[in-house]
Amino acid sequence: MALVALKNVTKTYAAPEKGGAPIVAIDDVTLDVEAGDVYGIIGYSGAGKSTLVRLVNALEPATSGSIEVDGREITSMPERELRNMRLGIGMIFQQFNLFTSKTVWHNIAYPLTVAGRPKAEIAARVGELLDFVGLAGKARSFPDQLSGGQKQRVGIARALATSPRLLLADEATSALDPETTQEVLALLKRVNREFGVTIIVITHEMDVIQSIATKVAVMDGGRVIEHGDVFDVFSNPQNPSSQRFVATVVKGIPSPAELAVLRERHVGRIVTISFRDGDVSQASVFLELANAGLEFELVYGGINDIQGRAFGHLTLAIRGADAATDAALARIADRVDVTEVS
Amino acid sequence: MDRLFELQDEFWVAAVETLYMVGLTLLIGGLAGLLIGIALYTTRPGSLLSNRVVFTVLNVVINFFRPIPFIIFIAAVQPLSRLVIGTGIGNNALIFALSLAASFAIGRIVEQNLLTVSPGVIEAARSMGAAPLRILRTVVIPEALGPLILGYTFILVALVDMTAVAGFIGGGGLGNFALVYGYRQFEPAVTWAAVLLIVVLVQVVQFFGNWLARKVLRR
Repeated sequence: MALVALKNVTKTYAAPEKGGAPIVAIDDVTLDVEAGDVYGIIGYSGAGKSTLVRLVNALEPATSGSIEVDGREITSMPERELRNMRLGIGMIFQQFNLFTSKTVWHNIAYPLTVAGRPKAEIAARVGELLDFVGLAGKARSFPDQLSGGQKQRVGIARALATSPRLLLADEATSALDPETTQEVLALLKRVNREFGVTIIVITHEMDVIQSIATKVAVMDGGRVIEHGDVFDVFSNPQNPSSQRFVATVVKGIPSPAELAVLRERHVGRIVTISFRDGDVSQASVFLELANAGLEFELVYGGINDIQGRAFGHLTLAIRGADAATDAALARIADRVDVTEVS
Repeated sequence: MDRLFELQDEFWVAAVETLYMVGLTLLIGGLAGLLIGIALYTTRPGSLLSNRVVFTVLNVVINFFRPIPFIIFIAAVQPLSRLVIGTGIGNNALIFALSLAASFAIGRIVEQNLLTVSPGVIEAARSMGAAPLRILRTVVIPEALGPLILGYTFILVALVDMTAVAGFIGGGGLGNFALVYGYRQFEPAVTWAAVLLIVVLVQVVQFFGNWLARKVLRR
């Protein structure tokens, strides 16, 4: 059974002006997150990702639909029970949201105090968490004395204090530099593997999905337009909207503007060949073109690696007789995706 | 100058009276103002215990009383003062009027300072399952403590200023001393002695407030 199950969930906000149409933030979303998943939710800003994740711990109430967390329906839960439920769900934030008036130690202890744990247990648990995130020496520091990466590590320790089964990460690395992002992602990966914590990651960064997510959902205009294994969604998106989004984050597909430049610079036909893991090797494609006596040049491209499986797009400028080119492309198209781009 | 020496006893009595009025007002008005400010903050739309009716009523009441000039306010609340503390004149009547006026002003200052707390921090506390009153007590107020201390310091200095009109309803204090023995009897030295002590008092208060705020803010 899924740890988090959303069924036909909708969230609307009252119109900003009287008489206007209400704003639909989440539009009929159905999504299952299995225990143990690192589920990425990706999309342009304003797509509804942050709202969606706040429905899961009921910081925002859903307007309609059903949300089950760990088998319990939360949309009809009274506030008191919701607070209890939130003890089992950790959350980390883009701006870290640490308590600036409390030390690192007291930040991490806070949720344990809320949970009413005895003092001795709190002290032991905070010590454990400080060691886990590698900040044992910073217990007495205040948040404004820490770097961004350290702050997020405190955020993670605080979110894990009550040993939740689910962690919600709302753009947790978007305020960090690339190197620190990798550090924090590595830590989240450990949280998932060592403690078996299910993680829902909201992001607009491909790197985040690529390095930690096992499943992904693409959101656009409040709807989940595509979801599934990360590799499938990114190597072969089905929905036109997700194709557009994937093209902006995946290396290797030239944008229309870049295409125009390529067109100007190269004579002959321009063709994009898309490879997916396990399909066909690049070598066999190149061999086919060479055997047909065609001259070709690699003008654009990129190979992506998602958890050990590769996919990519190579754009070639091909010169040669039209008939020979057509014949060669037809043979290649039997095996891989070929798109003539101009 | 000689006159000032003759008035030494009255001078120190006046100083003590000022401290008494300011101190007691700060205690009563400060506490009432804290409650008003917290009520305004928590009932504001979208806040921890948002309640449109309570918020609107509080807002209207405060906006009604705040613009009244203090010297007129004292006269206006005299009947109420007689009802509540049994007298409409003297230092205690002034403390009553001053506390009432100060609580509205402090309420606004408290509200403004609490509003500076980042909504993200409050959301974080909510995500940990904390209840609204716990969030108020353990997150909102500690996070706003530095600016709150500076806000109270500001009000304390304003209170010293406001006690100067105590003589109007038969109260004492340094303001009254300066008016009665200095200004009206053409003794500038006496006036200046009172002014000097007020300035020293204000400096000490402001210095202490800044020091405390800095300590809380750790900068």
